[in-house]
Amino acid sequence: MVTMTYRDALNEALREEMQRDERVFLMGEEVGEYDGAYKVSRGLLKEFGPMRVVDTPIAELGFTGLGAGAAMVGLRPVIELMTWNFALLAIDQIVNSIAKLRYMSGGQVSVPMVIRGPNGAALQLAAQHSQAFEAWYAYIPGLKVVMPATPADAKGLLKSAIRDDDPVVFMEGEMLYNLKGEVPEGDITIPIGSADVKRAGSDVTIVCHSKTVAPALKAADRLAEEDISAEVVDLRTIRPMDTDTILTSVSKTNRCVVAEEGWPFCGVGAQVVDNIQRNIFDELDAPVIRVTGEDVPMPYNKRLEKAAKVDATKIVAAAKRVLYLE
Amino acid sequence: MATKVVMEALSPTMEEGRLVEWKMAEGAKVSVGDVLAEVETDKAIMELVARVDGTLLKHLVPAGSTVPVADPVGIIGEPGEDISGGSEGGGSSEGSDISEGSGGGDVGEGSGGGEAVDVAVAAPLPGGRVKASPLARRMAEEQGIDLSSVTGSGPGGRIVKRDLAGVAHARPGAAPVTATGGFEDIPLSLMRKTIAKRLVESIGPVPTFYLTVEIDMERTWDAREALKLLGPDGKVSFNDIIIKATALALKQHPECNAWWQGDAIRQWYEVHLGMAVAIDGGLITPVIRHADQKSLREISAEARVLAEKARERKLMPEEYTGATFTVSNLGAFGIDHFTAIINPPEAGILAIGGITQRPVVVDGELVVRRRMPLTMSCDHRVIDGAMGAAFLQTLRAYLENPLAMVW
Repeated sequence: MVTMTYRDALNEALREEMQRDERVFLMGEEVGEYDGAYKVSRGLLKEFGPMRVVDTPIAELGFTGLGAGAAMVGLRPVIELMTWNFALLAIDQIVNSIAKLRYMSGGQVSVPMVIRGPNGAALQLAAQHSQAFEAWYAYIPGLKVVMPATPADAKGLLKSAIRDDDPVVFMEGEMLYNLKGEVPEGDITIPIGSADVKRAGSDVTIVCHSKTVAPALKAADRLAEEDISAEVVDLRTIRPMDTDTILTSVSKTNRCVVAEEGWPFCGVGAQVVDNIQRNIFDELDAPVIRVTGEDVPMPYNKRLEKAAKVDATKIVAAAKRVLYLE
Repeated sequence: MATKVVMEALSPTMEEGRLVEWKMAEGAKVSVGDVLAEVETDKAIMELVARVDGTLLKHLVPAGSTVPVADPVGIIGEPGEDISGGSEGGGSSEGSDISEGSGGGDVGEGSGGGEAVDVAVAAPLPGGRVKASPLARRMAEEQGIDLSSVTGSGPGGRIVKRDLAGVAHARPGAAPVTATGGFEDIPLSLMRKTIAKRLVESIGPVPTFYLTVEIDMERTWDAREALKLLGPDGKVSFNDIIIKATALALKQHPECNAWWQGDAIRQWYEVHLGMAVAIDGGLITPVIRHADQKSLREISAEARVLAEKARERKLMPEEYTGATFTVSNLGAFGIDHFTAIINPPEAGILAIGGITQRPVVVDGELVVRRRMPLTMSCDHRVIDGAMGAAFLQTLRAYLENPLAMVW
């Protein structure tokens, strides 16, 4: 095990995959000379040269489309978006071409590419730059959506995403890049579509992903002080969703809270709740409660922004409600 | 935070209760489960217990008051707490993201934005529906708990897992039974399931008592031997004769030829006699209809056909339903004496043992006689001891003097 940041874990995954497979290349805004807007690609231009680490103009639709074309003819592009907020400009390529080419070509063409970058809010980036978009992409048949919450998961899942023969939407977090954690050494991969029980418990399941994993674990700590044993299930992959792990956990605890950064309406949590009620209705002792970002554009004001985000306090309150304690 | 103590539905049909006596004074410290008051329901005097820890701050109603279910009767909270309403507002947990439909339950908020919440409203909803979580519903079914008798502690009186804990543990035999050694799990056939269901229905709710007699069968034995002399046609079984005698006796004692109907006792005018037939994998009771009106020869022929069809599993539903009384005969299996389980809604069943030669005293002399033990199981809701005894007296008379059957 090596302790490293989420940022360095991604960097290591990129480097190892580019060393392993010469078809892998990185393309995006500021990924080369500047070492990446968030320094995820630090040192890669120096090591692999400008043919494999390509700086682009500020033109998301264009370079995402270039990536799609490269993937169609056999390369393995990793397209970095400075943030997923900017992917709104590239979404036609992602949804209408990248997600559909295998299907519309009758399986003749695959698009093995990774589109990655930070998702959701950071701090005071205001309404247009503070949005969590995973539900948008998870909605589309043909896309996989992967969202690691820890350095180890970031490394293992990015390597799996690069090796996947189909397009993977890979969502990171600006607030996650400095997160430190232990990462196994060597060529580790984590299968796409497998959730992870980050903490075992018996009274209530907290399903979370990406930036809600840390507050969920904090909530579990606080609940433990009141002798409430919470199990924390990190989805890690939104689509395909690891329903088995969720159902196993909720069958054990009989109660569930789903926490996500995004908005409540048609969010990822709604899909989790559907899976639970449809499959294990008779295991439920309480309605499943969702904890989400507030249903408003993200406020710029610091206090309002804090109030709009999911935190451990909200998760604790929801857990107590499904336990009929509040 | 103060919590209201509400009048709970302490019986499934209770709509209001009379608070007979407060068992805890104002200011008393209470823990979950402590008896706060005695409440007279529509059925009995029950205990109203605390659902939260704290101090009983106030009696909202005096002893002797009659209070509708779910209405507050007291307040539990912290000593010195302001219970007049208007305490501090809610925390940050009230966002719409974690709101939850209360499902039409009456989860009251204290007036004036206060903090008191209702706990434990167990009133069954109009139409008899009981609100319970899916898990609680499943657990209740598995453990045979009647949810309408459980008090729910969830929102709007929803019964949740924790409400079943005490109930479940109170039931004997609920603990899983374990044994060592090899075994084979034989799947339940539909018939086996039906037998189980019917018999459980019987031994549980049917208050059964037993009447045993030993009948002298010498004359019946002789009569049967005499009939044999008529040729193949005259060959009847003891069971045929017992059926005939039973049917005639029932005709004279209609109080035993009856069904328990829950809200009535149905005495049948005719006697339709069920006869238990052992078949491969279980048993079934084909019915000899109008047994009281049929000759022994007709009964014998019909019994033979029905038993044969039963063994071949070719009985039609109308051939094994609708008995008014049943006879079960294990004499042929070498059983000396047994008791049978009533097949509801019938009120009685006869268990016939084997005919054996036994020493008995007749007129002061020790003699050897053919005797047959017989035990009648009676549903006491329908048949009282003397009624059953009178019926058995008649039956004995027929079997000890078979000529009386043609009288």
